[in-house]
Formats: sequence, structure tokens, C-alpha cells
Amino acid sequence: MRHIISVLLENEAGALSRVSGLFSSRGFNIESLTVAVTNNDGLSRMTIVSYGDDRQIEQIIKQLNKLIDVFKVIYLTDKKHIDRELMLIKLSIKEEEKLKIKNLIDNFSCKVINALNNNYIIEISGHSKKLNDFLEQISFATVIDISRTGISAILDIKK
Amino acid sequence: MELNGAEIIINSLENENVEYVFGYPGGAVLHIYDALKVQENIKHILVRHEQGAAHAADGYARASGKPGVVLVTSGPGITNTLTGIATAHMDSIPMVVISGQVPLHLVGNDAFQEVDSIGVTRPCVKHNFLIKDVEEIAITIKKAFYIATTGRPGPVVIDIPKDITINKTKLKPYPKELNMRSYQPNISVDTGQIKKAAKLISKVKRPIIYSGGGSVIGNASKELIEFTRLLNFPITQTLMGLGAYPGNDKLNLGMLGMHGMYEANMAMHDSDCVIAIGARFDDRITGNLEKFCPYAKIIHIDIDPSSISKNVHTDIAIVGQVSDALSLLIKELKNIKVNDISAWWSQINDWRKVDSLAYDKDPKVIKPQTVLEVLYEVTKGDAIITSDVGQHQMWAAQYYNFDKPRRWINSGGLGTMGFGLPAAMGAKFAFPNKDVACVTGDGSIQMMLQELSTILQYKTPIKIVNLNNRYLGMVRQWQEFFYEKRYAMSYMDALPDFVKLAQSYGHDGISIEKEEDLKPAMINAFARKDETIFLDVIVDEKENVFPMIPAGSAHCDMILYGDDSMESQDEKDLNAV
Repeated sequence: MRHIISVLLENEAGALSRVSGLFSSRGFNIESLTVAVTNNDGLSRMTIVSYGDDRQIEQIIKQLNKLIDVFKVIYLTDKKHIDRELMLIKLSIKEEEKLKIKNLIDNFSCKVINALNNNYIIEISGHSKKLNDFLEQISFATVIDISRTGISAILDIKK
Repeated sequence: MELNGAEIIINSLENENVEYVFGYPGGAVLHIYDALKVQENIKHILVRHEQGAAHAADGYARASGKPGVVLVTSGPGITNTLTGIATAHMDSIPMVVISGQVPLHLVGNDAFQEVDSIGVTRPCVKHNFLIKDVEEIAITIKKAFYIATTGRPGPVVIDIPKDITINKTKLKPYPKELNMRSYQPNISVDTGQIKKAAKLISKVKRPIIYSGGGSVIGNASKELIEFTRLLNFPITQTLMGLGAYPGNDKLNLGMLGMHGMYEANMAMHDSDCVIAIGARFDDRITGNLEKFCPYAKIIHIDIDPSSISKNVHTDIAIVGQVSDALSLLIKELKNIKVNDISAWWSQINDWRKVDSLAYDKDPKVIKPQTVLEVLYEVTKGDAIITSDVGQHQMWAAQYYNFDKPRRWINSGGLGTMGFGLPAAMGAKFAFPNKDVACVTGDGSIQMMLQELSTILQYKTPIKIVNLNNRYLGMVRQWQEFFYEKRYAMSYMDALPDFVKLAQSYGHDGISIEKEEDLKPAMINAFARKDETIFLDVIVDEKENVFPMIPAGSAHCDMILYGDDSMESQDEKDLNAV
């Protein structure tokens, strides 16, 4: 099963390698990992997408909590949360495909960031499923490269 | 007053009441050594190899309960300590290692004697720090000692570039308080869980207490004894837990696990309630997880939440200091009537009749088990015993009935050969007036021999009991059982003359080949309080450690002394280790 874990950790040198090292040394899987500063002084937020059975995820959370630099671990999968991802796609498009692409861009609320000689860089953000759907629908075009950020997530507003 | 970084380090160590620093100088730590030279509060012990420094600090910590302190240079200095750091980490031993680093402007340049100390130590420390500013030294050392000694203890490495140790700053009072929002080791025990556990304990019919290293490290011996006697429950201990409960007590079933007592393993297997105390269900204890304690509910007390339900599902988890949890349980159970378990005891007493430590003597050769029995007798069970790793370690655990905690010092988790000698030296620093003996073998002792020199220099006399069987005995035993007696590389050829070797280091040695010489030699050795004596005991090379649960088997599938070897084992798990 796929799990989303949000980790608040001290913005110390080496903190990232402690987390990634933990995953590799204990044989846990990482699907994606994002990290950046937060509004809280000195804390970074890491969003980790992992997969494994219940016992593995319990161990992952406990081992993360054990790291000295980790302030808080929030298991988002069983809580109401928002998760989003950003993707940049470099495409090569034939003249006759242009209209089709334009419609897709409108439908998926993407942005064209740059365009030159039939090569386009498109930005799309949203739920991972939306990104995957978009990739599927533009499969007629030549995808030169893609770069995805991995999931960033946050707890939903409490009612 | 202005001090340089090196002086701040010494000042901080003084504030942490450090008595001894085990170390070895080198380029990156020369400023620190210069500062050490001009003070007298902290004694520096010059080892002969940095791994010896880490093991000595570790032995000191295990014997005294105080953190061990190590000082080494950059590059090979810190990489040589790695085995010692990992050893301490696996057994949760408080240790602070200060390593020099190349000057900050050279970090990352592949400079001379540069290694990424933070990177290489990260997987085997509780935490580590790289100091980048002289102002951070005092607070970082404060944090390091706090982290090393609280919660589940462990080693902490502080890496300090050379230029930071010469930069100057104003001396400020050493920080008294620490506020670490991300590290909160003081967990108060959940009283709801205590009530649940007490309720279960009162209802069970075949209970067993399974106590581990946490009862020793957590100084919970008093509570453990009170708890066990209040309930009149049988108790077994792990290799690391020996001594927290008196070895000869009638409730004590002895050690469990791969080379555990027959009655202890059988009781675990048949139990309906295992009360695990400061133990972590390691594979040497559980054997085959699928066949482990098939009828038991598990109550698990541990300071480390990640130990709970890691290998074995826990029914009732109690997170916190072992001593706190036991005190609360005792209070709760005093008002509750527990089941009569006399039927269980009579079953256990039947198992005891198997006498699984019995062995046959041979008039021609000394049996290794006898050596431990005589050692116990001569030292009246009151010595601090360190060991290396292998058969001798298991025999020491089985035949020396440890009555008190912190008397049995060995590398249980990592299984580090070479640990015993420097650890014995460290223990002797902690308790100069106590007898300290290192039980070792002809393989292990050769891994850290050079510390014989340190032992002479600092006058820390110990007795070395070398079970010399001309084999890497435990490897040989496995090859006999699982590899059809193909003894690949387990014979120790070209052994030195250990007596002459000890003498060349300024000590004395006695070679013992006959059983009748054993006791007089030991009495003689222990009477010579101020001397290190190397007792080279030539023992039966074919002796094996029993009982034995072959890796991957259940607790009830033990091979006992005199069983027809391993030929009856139809299913071999070749991946078991």
C-alpha cells in the first residue's frame, strides 16, 4: 500500500541524508521525497511517499521519530489531507497536433512556459492522477523529457 | 577570558565530569592535545589503535554507567574507531567520540587524512555533529552528552575541523539547561497500559519474564528483582541481560536463545504470557519467528518505541524507563491476586532435570567449560568479566553465574572479536580495585593484542583467560554441524607463544595444559593483584557449545550435549546466520 508521510525536521546540515539513509539501511522503499523550508523558523518539511505493509509503515514512522533532528511525523494517509505535484514536460509537436495540444492544455489548466521551433515546455500541477492522465493523453506527441517534483502534502482544514 | 576552541573542548569535558579520555593523537587534533597537556583534571589514555580507544571507552561505560569518551584524529583515526562505535551502538552504550577534521576550507577537497566522518559514522551512531564555529563547541558537547546518555543510550560523534579548535572566543558559563524541541527522551509511562498489563499478568497460567540489556543499562536491577519475586514468576535473561537478576536465584532459568538453557527455551515456547523487559526480540533470541512463543501474549516494556512490534507483535506495549514501568507495575500488582502457577513450576522443574549444562570431562584434556567454572570459583563470582566473541563468550555466559549487573561486558549485538581486551582495560579504569578478567580465545585475542602495551603503561592489571583450542571455535562448530566438517579457514595455524608474547609486553603468562594445574594457576594469577597475567589454557579443540538452537529453528528444537550431532536435522536453512 502507498503511504504519505509528512516530516517536520530541524533544518540542520545532513538532516536529509539521515532520512534517506534510514530508508536505504532498513530496506524501506521511497517513491518520492520532497523537502523545503517552512514558515516555522528552522524547520523543514519533508513529504515522503512510500509503500509497504502495515508493519513496515509502523516501523518507518517509529524510526523517523527516533531521529534526533525530527520534530514531528504526521502520517497523512489516514487523515484528510491535500497532496499535489508539479510536473514540467518538454514536448516536440507536429504542426497538425497543435490544436489537439491546445485543447489539452486548456482542459488540464496547464501553462506553456516556453515554445521554440515546435518544442514546448509545459507546466502542470495537481493531484498525481491528473498528471498521469495528462501524460497518457499527450502520448501521441513526442515527449522529450519530464521532471516531476514528487508529492507535497499538507493536512486539510479542520471543520 | 578568551580561550581557543581546543581549550573550550577541555573546559566542556571538565563540566561533563569526564575522568578519562581514550584516544590517539594526529594532525587534526594537535591543538586539542596541546590543551589536554596543560591540565590535570582529565586523564588521557593513549591506546595503541583507535579501535581499542572506542572499546576501552565502551568497557568503561558498561562497567560504570557513565559515558565513555574517545578522542581521535581525522581520516584513519575516525575510520579505525568505526567498529568500536558500531559495537557501542548495537548494545546501546553511552559514548561521545570527538574526531578531528581537516580545516573547514579544505573540507570536501580530498585533503590529507580527510574522510567524511559524519557520512561514514551516520549509520552507526545515535547522532553526530559537525562543528563549524567555535561558538558552537560548548553547546554541541552539552547536546552530545545529553543525547548519548538519555532515552535509549548510544554513541554520538562530534567532528571538529582543526581551525575551529584554534579560533578564539570568550569563555562563557557552560550551558546548564538544554532545550531540544526535536529530542524529548523522557517518556512517562502510560498508566492505562500498566493497568492492562497487570490485569493480563493476574490471569495467566504459564508466564515467563524475559529480561534484556535494558534492565542492565537502565539500572533496573532492584525493580526487576522485586517484580519477579513479588509474582514468583520464572525469569530468563538475554546475553546482554545477565546479572540484572541474581544468577543463582531459584526463580532464574538462566540465559535463553541460541545457546540458552533448555528450561528457559522450553518455558518460552510453552508460555502463555511473555513479559519482555528491556529486550528487543533479536534473532539470536527468537530463532524462527514463525515458531516463536506460539501460545503467548506479549507484554513489552522498552524505552525505545521502535523496538516494540519490530520483530514480534506486541499485545501490550509499555514505553518508558524500565525501572519506572516496573515500579508502577509492582504497585499495581500488590493489590491484585495472581494465579497459582505451581503446575507451571513443576513442569519447569522437570525441564531443569535435563541439566543442559552438564558435560563429560576428559582426563587427557581440559574442557573449556571447566575453565569458566574454576574462574567463577576462584573469583567467587565477584569479578568483572569481559569477553570477546565466539564459543568462549557463550561458555562464559553459561557457566559464570552473574549475580550483579554491569559485571558481564561483551559485544552481544555486533559480535565484535577484539572487544574483550580493551574493554577489560576500560572496566579496570572504572573499578581499579576490582578483579577484571577478559575471557577470550586464540582467534579473538589477536585482534586487539596491541592494547597489552596500554595496559602496562597505565597500570590497569587484568587477567586474560585464553581458551586456546587452536580453532576459531564457533566457526568450526558451524562447519562441523552445517558444512559436513569442512573446516575452511577455521584452524589457527602459526599461533604465537602467548606466554612469551605477554612477557614481551612486560606482563607475565602461564601456560596450562592439565586440569589439576588450572585452579592453582588461577589462584596465583588473581593473587598477583598488580600484574596482568595471561593464562593460556589449552582446551579441548573438539568441544562444542550446547544447548544449541540451529538458526531458523524453534525454541523447542534444541540440540543438547551428547545428541547425535546434526545428522538428525533434515531441514537445513542455509540462509540462516
